[in-house]
Amino acid sequence: MKPPILSVRDLVVEFPTRRGTLRALDHVSFDIAEGEVLGMVGESGAGKSLTGAAIIGLLEPPGRVASGEIWLRGERIDNLPREKMRRIRGRRIGMVFQDPLTSLNPLYTVAEQLIETIRTHMDVSDKEARKRAVALLDRVGIPAAARRIDDYPHHFSGGMRQRVVIALALCAEPELVIADEPTTALDVSVQAQIIDVLKEICAERGASVMLITHDMGVIAETADRVAVLYAGRLAEIGPVRDVIQAAEHPYTAGLMGSIPTLTQTAERLTQIPGSMPRLNAIPQGCAFNPRCTKAFDRCFRDQPDLIPRADGRQVACWLYETAKSEVSNG
Amino acid sequence: MADVLLSVEGLTRRFDVSKPWLNRVIEREGKQFLTATEDVGFEIKRGETFALVGESGSGKSTIAKMIVGLLEPSAGVIKFDGQEMDFASGAAMRTLRRRFQMIFQDPFASLNPRWRVEDIIAEPIHTFGLLRGAEVSNEVGRLLDLVGLSAADGTKFPHEFSGGQRQRIAIARALSSKPEFIVCDEPTSALDVSVQAQILNLMRDLQDEFGLTYLLISHDLSVVRHMANRIGVLYLGRLVEVAESKRLFTDPQHPYTRMLLDAVPDLALSGRRRMPVTGEIPNPINPPSGCTFHPRCPKVMDICRREVPRITTTATGTAECHLLTTEDAT
Repeated sequence: MKPPILSVRDLVVEFPTRRGTLRALDHVSFDIAEGEVLGMVGESGAGKSLTGAAIIGLLEPPGRVASGEIWLRGERIDNLPREKMRRIRGRRIGMVFQDPLTSLNPLYTVAEQLIETIRTHMDVSDKEARKRAVALLDRVGIPAAARRIDDYPHHFSGGMRQRVVIALALCAEPELVIADEPTTALDVSVQAQIIDVLKEICAERGASVMLITHDMGVIAETADRVAVLYAGRLAEIGPVRDVIQAAEHPYTAGLMGSIPTLTQTAERLTQIPGSMPRLNAIPQGCAFNPRCTKAFDRCFRDQPDLIPRADGRQVACWLYETAKSEVSNG
Repeated sequence: MADVLLSVEGLTRRFDVSKPWLNRVIEREGKQFLTATEDVGFEIKRGETFALVGESGSGKSTIAKMIVGLLEPSAGVIKFDGQEMDFASGAAMRTLRRRFQMIFQDPFASLNPRWRVEDIIAEPIHTFGLLRGAEVSNEVGRLLDLVGLSAADGTKFPHEFSGGQRQRIAIARALSSKPEFIVCDEPTSALDVSVQAQILNLMRDLQDEFGLTYLLISHDLSVVRHMANRIGVLYLGRLVEVAESKRLFTDPQHPYTRMLLDAVPDLALSGRRRMPVTGEIPNPINPPSGCTFHPRCPKVMDICRREVPRITTTATGTAECHLLTTEDAT
């Protein structure tokens, strides 16, 4: 088996504050294989975007990686000096953010921004870079790309702008693209187009994708595997089909039940009581224990680790621990 | 058949988006108008949930504002319980206003941060002079209980609550004047899915308990499908299709409805072939001729570019599409 493109091991991100240190990510570990689309879901504040920011080394101070390792194709990148990290960003890891207006500079034309990015990372002439930029815009579905490349970002609609951002993220042919809520600001009919473009192009170029979103539907249609975050901890990770159709972690199961769908007709939606704890009030043991209907005494005592299950799934829940502990006892 | 609580006929609203007078004179331009809604008509029966769906810019919120009297229509009639809304008469509007309320999208913006929750909820009671003295605080406590908060929460300020809890406060405020009809403008789109499920369930329970009538405005088709009895689909300010909820999802009549349904990411992983979505909503200042959907419509005919389609009666509602009228003729 090929080594994974990205490997995150026991990542801990902390925010020191006057009232003590807040742990925003707590021992998060996952891999992204070559050409794979990993979905990262969770509710607001679960730490999805933070995981992305930690990987590309753009944590907002005072946030910092307290411990853990991040490996990009066998090379450790979490402790690189800033200058080296800057060269990896954009060149080897591309980024797509939620709001296309803030990720494009309104004072420069799309051509200037694309050509600058291409020439920063690749040794090509201005003319060659422009040719590449036009081809790329054409590929992401911008009509009359050769003419529109000289327009400013505000000349484009929201969906078209997000296409430009995708082109920008891919222009240096990165191995990994981190897409943070790429369609949240868009209408459904445009969202479907953008997801298709992102998926196709990354598949074409063999780039792996880490897709961060709160929308399970988008994950279901796009990702190969999905990681579910809850209060800064991984609750469950596994193939999309398995996790969506037969979630093992009680949180994932509740989350899936609470989403209204187009095909089912339930009188009432499954409801998870309460809400996600704040970072300064994460309970002892499993972070989900106050809301969990299946919680037992161990859940209130010890924090569960990811427990390997069939088909490469991993679940952080004591419900699945029994079999293993019996083996170790006997 | 249940009686009609609210009926809307020929509702049109134009916004003047002209440049200032001097610029118009110098640049020799005429006045410019944006037609937010045009000739919209529908009826809402007592006790049902009627939903309006559409993408951004389709006129959903404009219609909501006109119905609750926050915005005066340019043309058209709104009848509430058989009585025509008279925007010129303040007294008549005031008596009507007690009977309908509104829940807004953003619970962070719709609650005054300087007011205590009990004052926020009591405001409609004071305004309409419904109760006085100690009865008011009893009523506020009862309402807080009703929406799943505790009476003791009344002395807190809005910032002490999470998004879902704030939306509960907004619902309690809407209920305090004992309305029959509530306009819910994207009530859950600012919330996480698990919290959304709680709010949707609460809205349903309250509807059963008090026999409320809802106008639900949303861009999320799965939420609409879960909540509504009947659904109206808006495109560029025109109501292109109205149908019973079940019928709309199994047998959409208008090509736009079909496209919208296809664009929703599918949790069921059915792997269905979907109709590729093309284009974006055009600029409403300068809408396309004829049927405004024709540049994006896969079934476009010559007549669509020339003539605005007539309203056609379908199995459970109406639709505006030339396909339906021409099929009738043959």
